[in-house]
Amino acid sequence: MPIEIPKDKWPGSIKAVTIGATAAEGGTRAKSITIGGQNTMPYLQFEKPTPNTPVIAIEIKSRKPEDWSPLLEKPWGEAMADPAEWAKKAEAAGADLLVLALTLEDTPDSAVKTVKAVLAASGLPLVVWGPGQAEKDNELLVPVAEAAKGEKVVLGVCEDKNYRTIVATAMANGHLVEARTPMDVNLAKQLNILISDMGLPMDRIVMDPTTGALGYGIEYGYSVMERLRLAALQGDAMTQLPMMVTPGFEAWKAKESKVGEGVPEAWGDWEARAVNWETLTAMALVESGADVVVLRHPESVKRVKAAIGELMAA
Amino acid sequence: MALSGIQIYKLLPQTNCKECGFPTCLAFAMKLAAKQVELSTCPYVTEESKTQLAESSAPPIRLVALKAGTEVKAGNEVVLFRHEKTFYNKPGIFVRFKASDSGIAAKAAAAHAYSVNYVGMDFVVDGFAIEADGDLGAAVKAVRGATDRPLVLIGDAAAIEPGLQACSGETVLIHAADASNWEAMAALAAKYKAALAVKADTLDGLVDLIEKIKAKGVEDLVLDFDTTQLGKWLAMSTQVRRLAIKQNFRALGYPVFAPAYAAADEGIFAAEAIAKYAGFVVLDKFVPENVYPLLVLRENIYTDPQKPIQVQPGIYEINSPKPEDPVLITTNFSITYFAVANEVEGSGLPAWLVVTDAEGMSVLTAWAAGKFDAERIAKAVKGFDVASKVSKKRVVLPGHVAVLSGELEEELPDWEIRVGPREAVDLPAFMKQALN
Ligand code: SF4
Repeated sequence: MPIEIPKDKWPGSIKAVTIGATAAEGGTRAKSITIGGQNTMPYLQFEKPTPNTPVIAIEIKSRKPEDWSPLLEKPWGEAMADPAEWAKKAEAAGADLLVLALTLEDTPDSAVKTVKAVLAASGLPLVVWGPGQAEKDNELLVPVAEAAKGEKVVLGVCEDKNYRTIVATAMANGHLVEARTPMDVNLAKQLNILISDMGLPMDRIVMDPTTGALGYGIEYGYSVMERLRLAALQGDAMTQLPMMVTPGFEAWKAKESKVGEGVPEAWGDWEARAVNWETLTAMALVESGADVVVLRHPESVKRVKAAIGELMAA
Repeated sequence: MALSGIQIYKLLPQTNCKECGFPTCLAFAMKLAAKQVELSTCPYVTEESKTQLAESSAPPIRLVALKAGTEVKAGNEVVLFRHEKTFYNKPGIFVRFKASDSGIAAKAAAAHAYSVNYVGMDFVVDGFAIEADGDLGAAVKAVRGATDRPLVLIGDAAAIEPGLQACSGETVLIHAADASNWEAMAALAAKYKAALAVKADTLDGLVDLIEKIKAKGVEDLVLDFDTTQLGKWLAMSTQVRRLAIKQNFRALGYPVFAPAYAAADEGIFAAEAIAKYAGFVVLDKFVPENVYPLLVLRENIYTDPQKPIQVQPGIYEINSPKPEDPVLITTNFSITYFAVANEVEGSGLPAWLVVTDAEGMSVLTAWAAGKFDAERIAKAVKGFDVASKVSKKRVVLPGHVAVLSGELEEELPDWEIRVGPREAVDLPAFMKQALN
């Protein structure tokens, strides 16, 4: 007698969220990207096919970052000083999506200029991050949102301390938001409630439950993501959102990636280890339900992309 | 699946003779179901009932232990997701050699000598696999000259037997029985008391083989899905774990073998295998920069979510600090503690490190959960009597909790509060530039 394969039947599913708008959709992107839509735990295709392929974003910055590992300067080179060039290189490296991180040195004018330059240089859908200080985020993201009206950009990072302004401008200009909370199911849910209470439709929120790097608390992010996905499938509407996480940012601040000298010999070759650190951090999060992973090194992009391809092909 | 009290009661004598110390057989059955007494306390249980009870209490995934000088165990898992309880037996990480390789002894010695420290724990490679593409007897002897850790022998029955002879007395895993060779492999496993990997690319195929092999008296089995395709492997591994845990489906209740050596991207496949239920992971070669991240990933995934790894709260002395040296504050999450302690130690700069009781959470998580606030920090500074050790009343807060500095000034009025960097890696630079 053949075995009956146990299949879970879930009442809930993840919202499908579209990022970026083509000319036909009111923007200028070469194509838009849809993520989410799942009705199973990650990649369990035998229950139901995964409707949309999780994607890879490459993080670029508005100014050449001072604190990035020299290992990242190798692949990106001069382009790191020119966001438009960097955007092109990132697209060529296989990015599905670009994350443009603004910095504290940016002014509203420079931020708008850079966003426009990046939109002109690459047809990929865009995520724009403020520098991460509530006031400065608001100061930069509002003019950026207005300048990019209709492009369906994801504005981030939207946290409990700054969500109001960002959500308001996303609503006014047809954008999405990245809702970030520190590795906690209830906090994630709460922020989604606050944002949707302001009137932003759920299909314009991507949640970022935050993660730690491999070796630096990844297990918390991993389990929070699994729990959020389970809650969503069980029917909790306020967790039914695609998830975006930043393994590149996390992994590249780990000592294992950042530092090549004065570390234990048992850590092995620096460059290969650093790429492994980012790749494995991302891979674990892909397995726990990430819909967007934001990466930094082209080699990690290649490896994680191939892995997602295999997971989708089954 | 564990039986209920009522189900157990039906298997007892039902005479209420009280010899077990309980007033009725039912009361005893209830205690038994709650695992608070041993079955042997009742002298009158029939042999038949004993067998039935033993079967029902066996774990849904059989524990398979490979033994040599050390032991690697897999199985006995009880959940699908680590947050539901925890994953127990970390998958063994093995490195594969080839019998035909003349450098096998040296390679084994190098891999055996490898040890890497992660937050105070020393990790090693758990064991070695040898592929029988040459004289396996000689290869096993060469490897045994270098390491006493458990072995996996890969090949067909004829090629494997000399290898088994060369390590008698150990519990080896032999790989793999499939539809074409299962009789010879099962005979070998029975003869040498080896664990046996069973390979088929469908669950039905596996069950079919397992039934036949069990009939030959081999009990310690390991499943190989005959694929390294990430999607297919994930699906089969998940199905097996579900069948075992949710339906107590014994025919597939065995640990899973992950042949990372055959994968297109070994690191990626091994990462999936570690996260998704592998019991034994075999890598193609020993490369520190590949092995180290996998050992860390395994540790992270198998950390008990109810018991985050913690260090004792207290005041730690780094590089023999003097009274004028700085006081740094952090939490007792061990990853956080070690990140900070290692940085400061590595820099050679002396410091007092105050580890607060944040219930084993990292700075940001603890702060969000209200376990790392001004009150707790002040309590630690006072409780550990930091003031008596230093001449300069100044504490450095982690950059992530810069918002706490105002409140902390109120809690510690005669102390200077400084905000340090967000990441431990930036501490030495901060200490050199900002603290002098
Ligand atoms: S000793 Fe056995 S038979 Fe007697 S009361 Fe206890 S359970 Fe029942």
